[in-house]
Amino acid sequence: MVRIMEKIAIVGIGMTKQERRKEAETFSDMVFEAVTRALEDAGMTIKDIDNIVTGCNDFWDGRTISSMAVGDASGAWDKNISCVEGDGTFVAFYGMTRILSKSYRTTLVTAHSKGSESVSSLITNAMFDPIYTRPLGLDAITSSALQARRYMGKYGITEEQCAMVSVKNHGNAKNNPYSQLPMDISVDDVMHSRMLADPIKLLDASPITDGACAIILAKEETAECFSNHPIWIKGVGFCADAYHLGDRDLAECKSLERAAQTAYRMAGIENPLKEIDVAEVYDAFSYQELMWGEGLSFCEKGGGGRLTESGKTKMGGSMPINPSGGCLSAHAVIAAGLIRMAEAALQVRGEAGNRQVEGVKTALAHGVNGPCGQSHCVWILEK
Amino acid sequence: MNRWLESVEPLVYESRIKVPYTWSVGETGSRFLIELRDRKKIFGTRCSKCDMVYLPPRKNCSRCFSNLGEWVELGLRGTLITFTVVHYESPAMPIKPPFAYGIILLDGASTGLVHFLGEVNIEKIKPAMRVEAIFKDERIGDILDIRYFRPL
Amino acid sequence: MGKRVAIVGSGQTYHKSKRLDANGVELIHEAVTRALENAELTRDDIDLVIIGNMDHFEGINYMDMWSIDGAGGFMKPTIKLTTGGTTGSTLAIAGYHMVASSLFDKALVIGWEKNSESDTTAAINTAFDPIWDRLTFAGAIGGLAVEASAYVDDYGITERDAARVVVRDRKNACRNPYAHLRKEVTIEEVLSSPMLCDPIKLLDMCPRSDGACAVIFASEDVAEKITKTPVWIWGTANRHIYSYINDVNFHGLQSLKRASKELYQKCGIKEPLKEIDVIELYQPYSFGGLLWLESMGLCKDGEAPQLVWDRVTDMDGELPVNPSGGVIATNPIGATGLIRCAEAAMQIMGRAGGHQVPDVKIAVSTGFGGCMWSDILLYGKEKPRW
Repeated sequence: MVRIMEKIAIVGIGMTKQERRKEAETFSDMVFEAVTRALEDAGMTIKDIDNIVTGCNDFWDGRTISSMAVGDASGAWDKNISCVEGDGTFVAFYGMTRILSKSYRTTLVTAHSKGSESVSSLITNAMFDPIYTRPLGLDAITSSALQARRYMGKYGITEEQCAMVSVKNHGNAKNNPYSQLPMDISVDDVMHSRMLADPIKLLDASPITDGACAIILAKEETAECFSNHPIWIKGVGFCADAYHLGDRDLAECKSLERAAQTAYRMAGIENPLKEIDVAEVYDAFSYQELMWGEGLSFCEKGGGGRLTESGKTKMGGSMPINPSGGCLSAHAVIAAGLIRMAEAALQVRGEAGNRQVEGVKTALAHGVNGPCGQSHCVWILEK
Repeated sequence: MNRWLESVEPLVYESRIKVPYTWSVGETGSRFLIELRDRKKIFGTRCSKCDMVYLPPRKNCSRCFSNLGEWVELGLRGTLITFTVVHYESPAMPIKPPFAYGIILLDGASTGLVHFLGEVNIEKIKPAMRVEAIFKDERIGDILDIRYFRPL
Repeated sequence: MGKRVAIVGSGQTYHKSKRLDANGVELIHEAVTRALENAELTRDDIDLVIIGNMDHFEGINYMDMWSIDGAGGFMKPTIKLTTGGTTGSTLAIAGYHMVASSLFDKALVIGWEKNSESDTTAAINTAFDPIWDRLTFAGAIGGLAVEASAYVDDYGITERDAARVVVRDRKNACRNPYAHLRKEVTIEEVLSSPMLCDPIKLLDMCPRSDGACAVIFASEDVAEKITKTPVWIWGTANRHIYSYINDVNFHGLQSLKRASKELYQKCGIKEPLKEIDVIELYQPYSFGGLLWLESMGLCKDGEAPQLVWDRVTDMDGELPVNPSGGVIATNPIGATGLIRCAEAAMQIMGRAGGHQVPDVKIAVSTGFGGCMWSDILLYGKEKPRW
C-alpha cells in the first residue's frame, strides 16, 4: 500500500565540523553548536521549536540515558522531547511523524557522537550477542570484512573497484569544509594501505570522528512562513533484516531494497539512477557504497563495481554519490545519517558550495543501523 | 568564549564504566552450550513451518514467530561461507592477530555460525572450503568450547 | 491527515526478580505473543516495531537489532527509543505518533528489562554527568531521598503517610497475576524496614524485576475492526527538563506539573480529580505517591496525605491509583512505563480481571525517570473529537 504523505520540509540545517577529536567540547557543546546553526539557518529561535527528538547512543556516549547529556543543549526546557537510539536517519523519521500526527508544527532533530572518547572496537563489539558472538571479539571492522569478502566473492567485485570509492570520496571531501579527511589518494595508495581485516584496508575504512548535526522539520504552512528554501520530503522508508550474521546472505541487502522501494513508491520514482540527481549513501567501508548502490537500484545486482568504474557516481557524472566525502571521510556514528540528510538537503537548495552538484532537483539520503547493514533508512528530498 | 579557551588547557577526565553483567542464556541456549560442554555435540532448533534449522538455536522462529521445540543434532562438519583474516589488535579480541574468522554453514543447518578458523594457512583460505569443529579439551559451557573450525 | 489512534491489545510476562530460564529475546517474545493473542493478530499484521530498554542494564548495544527475532521485527521497520525510566511511556508516546502520522496502521510497542543481569545502581550511576554529577551521586534512591526530604520539610509529611501508599499498592498487586511482589505489607512493616537513604526505607522503594510488556497501537481506520473496545489516546505530553541533578528544583515534581497541565488543556480536563477515573502512576517510591498527586493537580500542595488516608485513591475510592499494584510491586524498568499504559488500557477495556475498577471511561498513565523527568498520557473509552 502506497502511503501518501502530507508535505513536510527541512527548513533548518546545522552541523559542526567533523574532527578526529574535539578536545574543547563536550557532547552538549557540539549539539548546542549544531542546534544554534540550524536555528540561524531557519531564521528561527528555540521558541519556534515545538518539540525535539534527539539521537543518542548510550554506549558511544558512555552513559545510560545518554539523551540527558544533550537535554539543555537541544532546548529541552519546557518542551515535549524524545530520544531515538539509532542512526540519525531513523531519528529524523520519528521527528517527522510527530508533525504528521498533527501534534506539532516543527520538530528539532539532533544527533551526535564523540568517537574519540571511547575505544570504538569495544563499543561495536558490544552490539554482538554476548553468548554466541561477542566472546569471539567481533567488531564493526571484522564483521564488515566478513560481509565484504562474501559480497565480493559472490559477484566478482574487486578490491580495486572498492578502492576507487575511497579515492573518489576522500577527493570529494576536499570540497567540504566540514569533512574530517579530505585527501588526494590513488587506488594504489588504498591497495597498499595497512590491512585491517581482509579485504578491508585502512583506507577502505571510515575514521573515528567527533561531530553533531541538527535539522529542523516543519509542516507545510510553517515551512512557508520561515523558509524561502524548504526542502520537501517526497518519500521515506526503513526496514530491518535478521540479526545473526549467519542468518542472512551477507552479499544481499534485502532490508535496504525494501526500505528503498517504500521511499521510491511514495516519491513516485521508477528509475532511480535517472530520476535522482545526487545521493548521500552511508559508506562506512568502501565496499558498502557499491553494495548499497545495488540495494538502492542504482544498478543491477552485482553491478556495483561496474557502476563505480563507469564514472557515473563521480563529481561531474550523471549521479554523483557522496559529494560530501561520505562516511569514509568523516564518520560520527549516529550523527552520520543525519549528516547525509543535511548534505542532500544542501544539494537540493543549491547551497553546497564547492561540493555542489549542478542542477539538483531530487536528492537521496541513506542511513544504516546495526551490524553489516542490518537496518536501512532511505529519504528522498526534493525542491 | 573561544578566545579565553586558547589560554586554558582542555582537561580530560579518564574513567571507565564498570557494570558487571550476568546474562541469562535461557533454556534453549543453555541446552546448546551444555551439549557443547558435555558431549561435544552441536544442536540447532527446527521450524517445520518454515523448513529452517537455526544455529545458534532459537526459542522462536523469526519468520512465522512460533515457538520451536524440535532439536536437531547437526554434524560437526560444514562449508565455509565467508571469512576474514584479522591483522589488527583490539581489546575485544581474545587472541592476537593474525587470525581468521569464518561463517560456517554446518551440514543440516539453514543459518551460519560465526567462529574462528584454526589449523589453517591464512593465505590459503577459500570460500566453500569444507571445515570441521574442533573442541577444547577443557570445556565450560561457552561458545569458545569450540576452539575453532579447521579445514577437512 | 493525522489519524486518531487506539490501543487494541497488550501482553505482559509474569514479572519476577530473576528469569533465568529466558534470555532477553525470549522474554520479549513472550510478551509480544501475548499481545498478539490479546488483539487476535499475527506478526504479519504488524507494520512497525518500536522497542526500548535501558542499555546498560543488559549491556547490549543496538538492542533493537539484537532482539529482532523475538520482537517480530524481521523484515519490518524497527526502531528503538530510550529515555531511562521514562522509556516505557516514551515508547507509548511514540506508538501514538507513528500511527497518528498515517504511515503505519498497526504498531507493536515493546518495553522490557532484565534487571537481574546487571548491577542496577552501577548502571544508573552512569546516567549522570561524569564530570559534575557522577562522583557524588548515589544512584536513583539518592535523588528521590532529596525530594522526599524537601517534601517532609515543606509540609510536615510523615513516613507513616508515605507508608500508607505502599500498603495500598502492595494490596492491589495481590489481585494482579502479572505483578512481581504479591504479598501485602502493613504500615508497621514499612516503617521498620531497613533505612536506605533517609527517609526512604527498603519497603518504600520499588523492586528490580525481569519483565516485558507489549502494546499494540492501531489507526482509527482499523482499530474498531480489531477490537470492540479500542482505547483511544486522547493526548500525550512530557517534560525532560533537567540535564544535571544539581539544577533540579525538588519542591514538587516540576516536569509532571508542566506536562500534566499541558495534557489537561489538550484533553479538555478541568477538574482532574473528578474527571479521571483511574491513574496508573509511575511511582518508584512511596513519597512520590503523595507529592506527585499534588504535582498532577489532584489536590493542593501538602494535602495529598489526606487524599490517601481518606481512601480516595484506594480501589473502591473516587480515583483509584495503581490498581495493578504499580511500580512498588513491579519494576522491569524499560517496561515499567509501558506497563502503566497497558494497565490503564486494560481498565478501559474492562479486561483487568481481579483488579478491575468499575466503569472506567478516562484513564491516565505516567512515566518517570532520568533527571526527575515525566511523561503522561490520557486515554478515553470514547473516540476523541479532535
